[in-house]
This record gives sequence, C-alpha cells and structure tokens, in this order.
Amino acid sequence: MTKQLLVKDPYNIIITGVGGQGNVLASRVFSGMLVRTGYRVTIGETFGMSQRGGSVMSHIRVSAAKVWSPQIPKGRADLIVAIEPVEALRVLADYGNPAVKVLVNMRPIYPVGVITGEAEYPAPEKIREAVRSLSALSFFLDATDEAVKLGNPILGNIVMIGAVAGLGVLPVDQGVFETVIREGMPASRVEANLRAFAIGMAVVTK
Amino acid sequence: MSIDKQQREGAEVLLMGNEAIARGALEAGVQVAAGYPGTPSSEIIETLSRFAEPGKLYVEWSANEKVAMEVAAAASFSGLRSMCVMKQNGVNVASDFLLHLTGSGTRGGMLLVTCDDPGALSSVNEGESRHFARLMEIPLLEPADFQEAKEMMPWAFTLSEEIRNIVMVRSVTRMSHASGNVVLGALPQPGGKGEFLCDGKISDPERGPVISAPVVEKHRLQQEKIRKAAAIFETSPFNAYTGPERPELLIITSSACRLYSDEAVSLLGAEGRVGILKLGTTWPIPPAYVKKHLTTTEKVLIVEEVLPFLEEQVKILAAEQAREIGIKTFYGKNDGTLPMTGELNPDLVAAAIGRILGIAPATFPAVYNEKLRSLAGVVPQREQTFCPGCPHRATYWSIREALQRDGRNGFVCGDIGCYAMAVLFQAAGFHTAKTLHAMGSGIGLASGFGKLGSFGMDQPVLAVCGDSTFYHAAIPALINAVHQNANVIFIVLDNSGTAMTGFQSHPGLAVNAMGEAVPMVDIAAICGSMGVKVVSGDPFALRQTRETLNRLMEERGGVKVLILKQSCALSPEKKGKKQYLVRVDEHLCRGDACGCNRLCTRIFRCPGLLWDREKGKARIDEVICAGCGVCAGICPAEAIRCEEAQVP
Repeated sequence: MTKQLLVKDPYNIIITGVGGQGNVLASRVFSGMLVRTGYRVTIGETFGMSQRGGSVMSHIRVSAAKVWSPQIPKGRADLIVAIEPVEALRVLADYGNPAVKVLVNMRPIYPVGVITGEAEYPAPEKIREAVRSLSALSFFLDATDEAVKLGNPILGNIVMIGAVAGLGVLPVDQGVFETVIREGMPASRVEANLRAFAIGMAVVTK
Repeated sequence: MSIDKQQREGAEVLLMGNEAIARGALEAGVQVAAGYPGTPSSEIIETLSRFAEPGKLYVEWSANEKVAMEVAAAASFSGLRSMCVMKQNGVNVASDFLLHLTGSGTRGGMLLVTCDDPGALSSVNEGESRHFARLMEIPLLEPADFQEAKEMMPWAFTLSEEIRNIVMVRSVTRMSHASGNVVLGALPQPGGKGEFLCDGKISDPERGPVISAPVVEKHRLQQEKIRKAAAIFETSPFNAYTGPERPELLIITSSACRLYSDEAVSLLGAEGRVGILKLGTTWPIPPAYVKKHLTTTEKVLIVEEVLPFLEEQVKILAAEQAREIGIKTFYGKNDGTLPMTGELNPDLVAAAIGRILGIAPATFPAVYNEKLRSLAGVVPQREQTFCPGCPHRATYWSIREALQRDGRNGFVCGDIGCYAMAVLFQAAGFHTAKTLHAMGSGIGLASGFGKLGSFGMDQPVLAVCGDSTFYHAAIPALINAVHQNANVIFIVLDNSGTAMTGFQSHPGLAVNAMGEAVPMVDIAAICGSMGVKVVSGDPFALRQTRETLNRLMEERGGVKVLILKQSCALSPEKKGKKQYLVRVDEHLCRGDACGCNRLCTRIFRCPGLLWDREKGKARIDEVICAGCGVCAGICPAEAIRCEEAQVP
C-alpha cells in the first residue's frame, strides 16, 4: 500500500468501446487495482440502453486526495483506452488535448449505419494518422486478435489493461492485477487473464 | 470490486453508488426491501438480495413500484426497518399509495429510495422525483458522494423513526452508476421481531389502525412532522460549506452537481472567489442554516438537476428574509444561466461561473483545435440496436412482413423494455412501432385505438409488451381492451426475465429474489381466463409468426393475444453459447445483383451480418454473431447457412 504521487492529480482516464465489449468490467478491474494501491478513484459510467450496441465510455479519475466528478471535463483526458478504433476518435473529439496518450485496439465493430452503407468507416491508416496527430503518445494493438488466440475475444480489454500498466504512467503492475483478478474471477479464468495482461504490457514496453 | 459478505468494518473498497446505498441500508439493519427494476436503480435491490436471509433480511422484486411500497410499508407497520426502491417514474406509479401512506405515517423506519435519470440516459422521460417530496410533504435527502450515499442511509432510517413518516432518498444516474471509495462500517446483529400492533384506538399511533383518516387532523400531524424534520436538518452532517468566508459568488447545490461544482471552480482556479454550499437535506431546506450563508454574499448560483427545485426554495426563503439579508442576485435555471433540461456536467457549470465572474476558459492552441475539427464527419454514428440473437429483431421482422402483406397501414403501440428501441430507433423496429409512453401504456393506447373503427379507422392495431411489463401494468389495460371489445392484437414478448435491467425475477419465474422456489404466474392462463383467443409461438420461427399475425389481422373483432417466447440472447442460459454456426455461402449469395436490395445488411441490420465491399457479398462476423440462425430465414437466395453448433 505504498502510495506514490501521481504524475498529475487527478489523472483522467477514459476507457471506451462498444456495448458488450466488457468496458464496465475493464474499468472496474483497473480501478480496483488503484483503490488497492491506496488511491481515491471515481468512475463515471453510462450503461442501461447504451449497452445495446451503442458507444460506451467509462471515465476514471485517479487522485491521491479526493473524490472528483464522475464526468471528466471536456478536453481533459490524460489517457484514452479505446477497445474499438473509431471510438478512440469519438472520444478524442470531445476529451482530447495535446498531451493526451492513446491506446487503441484496432479491431473494428462496424456501426449498423456502416453495414447498411449509409456511413463510411474510416480506413485503419486514417484512424492511426488521426490518433497520432491528436495525441502526444499512441499505441495500436491487435488486442481482440490476441484474445481470440487465448480463446475468448472478451479478453481484449484485459490486453488493453496490460498495455496501460506497461505505459508506466500509473502505479499499477502485474502483481496487483493478479491479486484483483484472483479475488474477482473464478480460478479457471485467472491464467488466461494473466496471459492477456502480459501480452498487452509487452506491446508498449518492448 | 463490489460488496460481499467477507468484507469487514474499516475496509476501503470501490463501490458503485447503488452498492453504497445498499451497504448503508445493511449497516442500518434494514429488514425488508422491495423494488421494481429500473435503470439506474436496479443494483440496490440486487445487492441487498445477495445478503438476504430468512428472518434477517427479506428482499423482493415486486410486481410494480406501488406494490413494492406497500410491501415495505407493511414491514414498517410491523415495527421493522424497510425500504422500497425504484427509478423516477416508478415513484409516479407508487404515488397513489404514497399520498395515503404519508397521511397514515409509519412505525419502523421506512425509506423511499429513488434514482432519477437527468438527461434520460436510460429512460423515456426526465421526471424529477424530488417534487414528490414537496407534493407529499415528506423529507428529502440527496447524497453527494459515495461515502455519503452509505452514511445517509442509517441517518435517514433514524429520521424516519423520529418523525414517524417515510423519508425519501434521491440519487441520480451519475451517483448510482458511478463508483468510488467507500470505507465500510459494521453490520449490526439481526433486528427485532415483526408484529403489527393494531388493537388500539384510531388516534393511537403505536397500537391503532394505520390509516390517513381523520384526514385533516392527520394532515396537520404530517405537517408537524415536516417542521420537525426541518429543525433536525439545521444541524445535519450532510450540509456543508467550503470556500472563503465572504464569497463573491455562493453556489448552492446538491447530489452529483456538487461534484460538478467543485470541479468547475477548480477548472477556473476560482477557489478564492467562489464558495460551495452543499445541501444533503433538500426538502425542506433548513431555513436558518441557508439564511446564514445567504448573508455572506450578494450573488447566488443554484446548481441542480433537472428542474429549479432548490432554486425556488432558496428564492422563497430569500424573499421572506429580504429585510434582514438584503437583496440578492440569483443565477440558475429560471434566468437561463444553466439549462432547464438535460443533465449538467463540470463544463456547463464552469461556463456559468465563468460568465458570472468574467473568467475566460482555458483554450488549446489553434492548430490543435483545427485538427479536432477535422474529425467532424470522419467518425460514423453508432446507432443503438437490438443485440445479435435478440428475439425482438425477429419479432419485429415478422410484424413488418405481416403488416406489409396486410396493406392497411397497421402499426404497433410500443412499451417499456429493450423492445422500446423499435420506437426510439425506427430502423431497429423496421418502422413498425409508433408510440412509446409509460409501462403498460402500449396495450392501454391500443385499447383506445382499437375502438376507433366507428370513426372509419381500418388500420390493424398491435401492441407489444414484455413479460415483466405484462405483470407490472398491462393487465388492467388488457382487461379494459377485452371488456370493451377493442380490436387489438396484443403480442407478449416473453424473453423469460426482466432482461433490459439485468434479469431480475418476476412473477412468471420459478425463483424469487430470495432464491426460493415460488409459484409461476402463467401469462397465457391469465389471458385465457379473460376469454380471449391466445396463440403461442416462437419468434425465431419467422414464417409461422408472420402467418399467425396475418390470420389474426383477418379475424377482426375483439382482442387476440399472441405470446412469443424465446429467451433473451444475453440471458445466463444463452450468453456465449451459439445454437448454430452461421455462414454465408458465397456461391449462393447473389450480392447486389440479387434484387433483394441487400435485405440482410440494409434492412434486417443485425450487427453480426456484414457487407464485404470487395467481394460484394454478405458475410458473418463470427465474433459478433450469437448463432441464433434467424437471418437464414430472411435470405431469398438461401445463401445464409446454419449448422448445429457443437455443445462445448
């Protein structure tokens, strides 16, 4: 329970994706790690109807001192974790700033409007370019593909959490992840989660 | 990560606001809790049900909110601590009983916990339950962070016992569904025995019958109780001021808006100029306490969601005290400083403070703003829709086909549940569902539409309703439609649970919130007992469903009921299990040349079906596809093939 000073207080993280990708679970696992390390965490979440294929966002405020608003002010994200590529752009448009760091899982989930042909889904290179130009640091992962190799696409969000730990901007590591996962999940799923975490971590540290 | 029985006093854990409320109730020794599911309130009863034990804590999902309040009141009348839990519009449902309950008063501490949804993030209304506290003359508390959500509950129970009336605790989506650190307190030993003492005189509050008469006398007593509450509120630990001694601007706020206000002041670096008076006791506001703070400043901004509820109270107080405190300038909703609709956030509050104090917000370099603007039009909208494998998509598809064949411009009256998306997002329901109001209003409206034949209306009238909604509020309207011989086809979308809010139990299921085996109340038998025709079917059988619907449309006159039964794709028994491995046979898919105009990916719109632009053919996204196999039935070329999936 050694509590280090944060690089910024509050440190603002947005985890974004599409309903059904495990956004809420990812934000809870990640925040659980920080609470265990001694920080005050506020998570703002929207669920309910947004689960049904809509965009979802979890706002996570990490502070050594106090409870912050469950909504991050516009333009004030320090880190954006996108489990779906265009969601990274959607969140950047509202919460981006020149210092923001962005992690993107490049597996698209096509909006219905794209499937029907009413809307265009931007090409992967265009997404990368836009993210790079709007952020100070960015990483692009194939988290879903890695997760499918591990046997379950939902582990993609754990790959992303591993990547966040690898960035080194927050005092979270494999040890505390393991503790939280062991407490919150059936034993049979622990191993796959640990592997997913390690894969994500390796992407940003290599 | 959430609360469980192992956690001990003093532990600091991450709790959702709703879990904190539940934990607070447990620490207060609540003995009976009843509710009806509704976002954002459902996790309170869900959490309590994990702690339920016979003789210690009884928890139930009631048929509707009014019944939930009555169940909780019975426990209070028997000397037990009880609570009822609902979302904002649930209070409307319960309000008829509430009006009488506030007159009769309570015995064991009793709370009404309501979770409002400013901005209607998961609602089809922006109802403000706070007004019920004023209307019903009962005390109102609003927690402003997670620890407080827990601490407020025992305090509220004590208050209820002190004034012998129900106390209302109001949360909002951004409290209920947000999470934060909470330090746990001790769980008490199981509470006392329940006994309804009722052998006394009508005037005896301890042992008499519990009624709201004699009305005027009981009403007078009730007003005494609310004055007593106001006096207690003067020293409530949930009212607090932070800021300079004589602020240039005083913010008066409550609930999540307190966190937005804090953040806004911090964003503007205006800590030295702005003070924040956070009220946890918001009806009635404690007059002396608020007056004391009004004297410190000339400018007052009230920050709250949704309607100007605190604002009006503060203004009345200021008018009454004007001689002593002087004239104030008020900012808030009435003058347009803050919007009167939708939820607030730190940016809206910061902009309001900035305008009042003349502080310009920080901006990014122009070049960055330019890049941000270039995103416009690049990011495709993500429309909500039915999940892959959802029975409702299949049902609405069959309705669409049947209405097209019928050709008389028939329509569906929608109702509350996931299937409401058919009305909210017209494409999701294939443009068939046209009305959406309160729970049970679909069949109520249909009952009315179904009587308009004498005015020349020849459109088939259909109403849909989920299984939980059926028990909640559809039955009286259905009885009405039957009795009036209204021309209606009533379709029950039975997906075996209260699916939208997370599979809470309802009267049609074999297990209740206590985990006990209970009698199932059969929808078909209820409808059959009304003497109307009842047909049952499987929504995944598209052709059969369509034919049944067309047959029922041809048989004019009276109510016909069609029960379509198929579990929700997210239900525990189905989730993650594919019944079929679905694929598109590229040789059979005729692509754009088919003539179907891409029925599968343009009209049917299941997220699991993709259009491969390079090949010009449909394909299945295996990660998304739920394996229901329904799309095989819509392809005119029979190119979508299903194979029984191996059970792992």
